[in-house]
Amino acid sequence: MSDFFTSSVLVATFASAIRLATPYLLASLGETIGQRSGVLNLGVDGVMLLSAFFSYWTVLQTGNLWLAVVVALAVGIIMGVLYGIITVFFEATQGISGIGIFIFGLGFSDLMFRQQVGTPKPVQRLPSVDIPVLADIPYIGEPLFQRSLLTYLAFALVPLTFLLLNKTTFGLNIRSVGENPQAADSLGVSVERTRFAAILIGNSLAGLAGAALVLQLGIFQPNLTQGMGFIAVALVYFGAWRPLGVMGGALLYGLVNATVLQWKSLGIIPVSISDLAGMAPAIVTIGALILLARRVNAPAALTKPFSRH
Amino acid sequence: MRKKLRIISSLIAVLGVLALGATACGSDDSSSGGGGALTMAIVAPSASDDLAFSQSMVDSVNALDRDITVQVTDGTFIVEDAAAAIRGYAEDGVDVIVAHGTQFGASLAEIAPDFPDTTFVWGTATDTQGLDNVFAYAPAADEGGYVNGVVAAAISETGIIGVVGPVEAGDAVAYINGFVTAAEAGGATVNVTYTGSFGDVALAAEAAEAHLANNADVLTGTAQMVVGAVGVASDAGVPWFGTQSNQTSLDPDLVVASQVYHWEFALEEMLQLRDNGTKGGQTFEINLANGGLVIEFNDGFELSDDVKAAADAAIAGIIDGSIDTGA
Repeated sequence: MSDFFTSSVLVATFASAIRLATPYLLASLGETIGQRSGVLNLGVDGVMLLSAFFSYWTVLQTGNLWLAVVVALAVGIIMGVLYGIITVFFEATQGISGIGIFIFGLGFSDLMFRQQVGTPKPVQRLPSVDIPVLADIPYIGEPLFQRSLLTYLAFALVPLTFLLLNKTTFGLNIRSVGENPQAADSLGVSVERTRFAAILIGNSLAGLAGAALVLQLGIFQPNLTQGMGFIAVALVYFGAWRPLGVMGGALLYGLVNATVLQWKSLGIIPVSISDLAGMAPAIVTIGALILLARRVNAPAALTKPFSRH
Repeated sequence: MRKKLRIISSLIAVLGVLALGATACGSDDSSSGGGGALTMAIVAPSASDDLAFSQSMVDSVNALDRDITVQVTDGTFIVEDAAAAIRGYAEDGVDVIVAHGTQFGASLAEIAPDFPDTTFVWGTATDTQGLDNVFAYAPAADEGGYVNGVVAAAISETGIIGVVGPVEAGDAVAYINGFVTAAEAGGATVNVTYTGSFGDVALAAEAAEAHLANNADVLTGTAQMVVGAVGVASDAGVPWFGTQSNQTSLDPDLVVASQVYHWEFALEEMLQLRDNGTKGGQTFEINLANGGLVIEFNDGFELSDDVKAAADAAIAGIIDGSIDTGA
């Protein structure tokens, strides 16, 4: 155990946690905005897969990482428009529609990968950008201030999402249509437009999450996300629909994963219980969910389609 | 309106299923056509071009020097999907069906008795579950692991080597055990991480990062998720040893060697038995001695003559039985 408490290993573990947390954080923040407006999107994983593939494919074809990020964003917006039309304008059941989006994303990204790429080919990864002065701070400089721009963006979005939800008229509208859409409607708030906009923002961030994942790894494989989008949805519940809580959940999930990997690498966790230890992040998350579920209420109109009739 | 929305929801779900279906069935190909051709089908858990487990079987079937027609259903990471594909092929009258995954064993035990004229080929497995129309196959993955371990220990400067594995089962554990035995005999410390997943690329990448943080300067790993770990090795300029398929294309400068599975040696024997009326009931192993396992060195990575000689000696020792791989 003493091997773990060396500065280099602790720094590496924290850096690993940040890397692991980044895609979850982006997707969860987007889902938070969507859920606060009353829309549950179980298709996050499918959107992440689609954006990850098209982002990867863009780098493969052009070598341009930033174009890849823009493409991922565009894929997120397109899927958001689709999901918005289905759930807001056609008032479809959100759970089923989300699962449909997920299955579509899983299948279509797989199909496109086979048709356009085939054997996995590595592409360049997002470079880390050192923040002057801060990057040189002992212990925290490397994990916090020597990261990619998408990681900085993910963490910068935490206060921005808080401000959006709590300090702007648009945020007030989002919260009101998520709690009592009939009342919001009677006060002149367009429930449809507000929810549609929230879905677009949410799916855009899911798109960025896919880009962050694939550009951190520098490679794509079918089903690359391995269910990350579903965990991102769970982290919204974990974080009690608050950006700070969601960030805490993503960091905790990443940290537990990173710590378990380090302990396995150092032999602190014996190989014989290796698979059992791999469940730790999920167990911690579920445990926290059970504790939180009794204290915090979900948006009252979550999953409920709005209709004036 | 409600009807409309139900239709839209259903449409989306159907679109998804169609996309999945198109993917699963999209890789049909054939070695050669012809009316009298033997028909074969492969059901594999990951992509047929994963540079690992599934690709090794697809490449091997395509390498068979026979008049065959091959169909592939890959990406069946859900066992029930694989079972449906296996049964579907059997109902279609396919002659030989390869169920390429240990996890398909229980499904095969249910399906195979219903189709006594069909030959089922199942692996990696060391027994046929008592079914007389099932051939089983397994690689002596520890042998290639041992050879890779000899070379890895010889080129490591820190004396610490990292291994990224999926779950502690099947050929993964055999490869890793063989690797660890040789590397430790060569004086290296080997840290092994089983991520608990065959497909989680991100976790494999982070496992590799953890090894680097612990001063590993040589990495290896097994299963399809290692592409993430190879990316980390590439960025860090750390040599990588592959297994199952040749992984040189992932980094032509840093992949030292790959243990490659040539299942065709076992498959050819199975097909000959089938030609003579035996539809199953036997178990096959591919190893260095029968040519089913081959260590393919990457010419782009320079190894000293001493190290190459040590690798050759290890291969010779395993073949003549003088070396115990520890598996």
